[in-house]
Amino acid sequence: MENIINALPYFWEGLQLTLYIFVVAIIFGFAIGLIVALLRLAPSKILNWIAKVYVDAIRGTPFIVQLFFIYFGLNMLEFISLDRIAAGILTVAINAGAYYAEIIRAGIQSIDKGQTEAARSLGLNATQNMRYIILPQAFRRMLPAFTNQAIISLKDTSLLSVIGIAELTQQGQIASSTTFDYFSIWFAVGVIYFIVIYLLSLLADFTERKFVLR
Amino acid sequence: MTMIRVENLKKSFGDLEVLKDINAVIEEQEVVCVIGPSGSGKSTFLRCLNRLESITGGHVYIEGQDITDPKLNINKIRQEVGMVFQQFNLFPHMTVLQNVTLAPLKLKKGDKAAADEKARQLLDKVGLGEKAGAYPGELSGGQKQRVAIARALAMDPKIMLFDEPTSALDPEMVGDVLEVMKQLAKEGMTMVVVTHEMGFAREMGDRVIFMDGGYIVEENVPKELFDHPKEERTQAFLSKIL
Ligand SMILES: Nc1ncnc2c1ncn2[C@@H]1O[C@H](COP(=O)(O)OP(=O)(O)O)[C@@H](O)[C@H]1O
Ligand SMILES: [Mg+2]
Repeated sequence: MENIINALPYFWEGLQLTLYIFVVAIIFGFAIGLIVALLRLAPSKILNWIAKVYVDAIRGTPFIVQLFFIYFGLNMLEFISLDRIAAGILTVAINAGAYYAEIIRAGIQSIDKGQTEAARSLGLNATQNMRYIILPQAFRRMLPAFTNQAIISLKDTSLLSVIGIAELTQQGQIASSTTFDYFSIWFAVGVIYFIVIYLLSLLADFTERKFVLR
Repeated sequence: MTMIRVENLKKSFGDLEVLKDINAVIEEQEVVCVIGPSGSGKSTFLRCLNRLESITGGHVYIEGQDITDPKLNINKIRQEVGMVFQQFNLFPHMTVLQNVTLAPLKLKKGDKAAADEKARQLLDKVGLGEKAGAYPGELSGGQKQRVAIARALAMDPKIMLFDEPTSALDPEMVGDVLEVMKQLAKEGMTMVVVTHEMGFAREMGDRVIFMDGGYIVEENVPKELFDHPKEERTQAFLSKIL
């Protein structure tokens, strides 16, 4: 117990970094996902193909390999220099972006074609149809899947410890290897992750109820 | 004045040729009903009139403008041509009032108060003034369809297209919707109505077009077409449904 209490300030540091990386990465990831989903559905074979290659590449490789590629691999290029945290955020964002793209694409395609027909017959153009009719309905349907993916991304940030980012898991590693109290330390770290994820899903439930389709 | 002119219209879905050679002229204030067996191409014909379906061949002129011209801004034409669907296609995430005001607000740059006021008048006209704040999910089928009509009218269209507007309704709802359509016809709206309501076609139609197999087989004033059909296929169809 004493070991946990001594480690708490470090856990707090780590948690803040975890949340910072998570929030920034999820915002970028969402933007990437939206753009890629629209490319995927755009009336251009080349754009569709580019989007599909991106999604397939991310889904077909492990997160940790993506992380090593971005942090160690890309940094070998002359004109790129990413610090640990930038590389970590980028990896989580690019990874989540591919999954978000698929969620958004499926959401858009799940909306009845009659909606687009009604909107277009009124004279709305394709962009206005997407913005006012399709996306607002699709996003409501996608909320549960968004939450799921956000939780996965949050857990993925713990893998960033392997490139030495001092996020929560890394703090756990430091605390456990200095105290040798592996049981208490890792139990405490687990509880912290659990609480954060639980709060996240409460927030999601709340927004879902607020935006539920009438 | 000619509102719609259709010349040698052809439409294929892949290898399937659905409209083979359609020619039609619809004058201002005319009410034209389109009848025919299921699968004969009635909906496809209607949907070519505002290019909801891409047109494979021939020409469609709306108020003299060729909508098959790829340089033409089809969105402008569509603002003049209202459409009502069998399945209503209301926007479920918006209130009735928002459904009706969306297009005018986004396309006509009017202020919100004026758009709301006009929408309320239209909703009163279709008998749904008190439903402005409701969501589509809270309405019956007949109410939904009347909202859909109000939504289309909010753009002040010069032409209204109806694709089997009462086919998805419970029988007791049909009358209210037909009543609204009759009112519109009396006010001089140019209307093209795909319908199975032969009573409506007979009473309100200036002309009836009978389609079969991707062709217009016969067209005439309702009395002639229903009482003295000239073509065998028309006779066969009418004997089945009347
Ligand atoms: N989007 C489509 N793709 C392929 N075939 C279609 C499509 N829409 C209609 N068809 C076919 O075109 C024919 C005519 O359809 P439609 O115009 O809906 O007939 P109607 O309205 O007279 O019942 C039918 O054989 C139908 O299966
Ligand atoms: Mg049809």
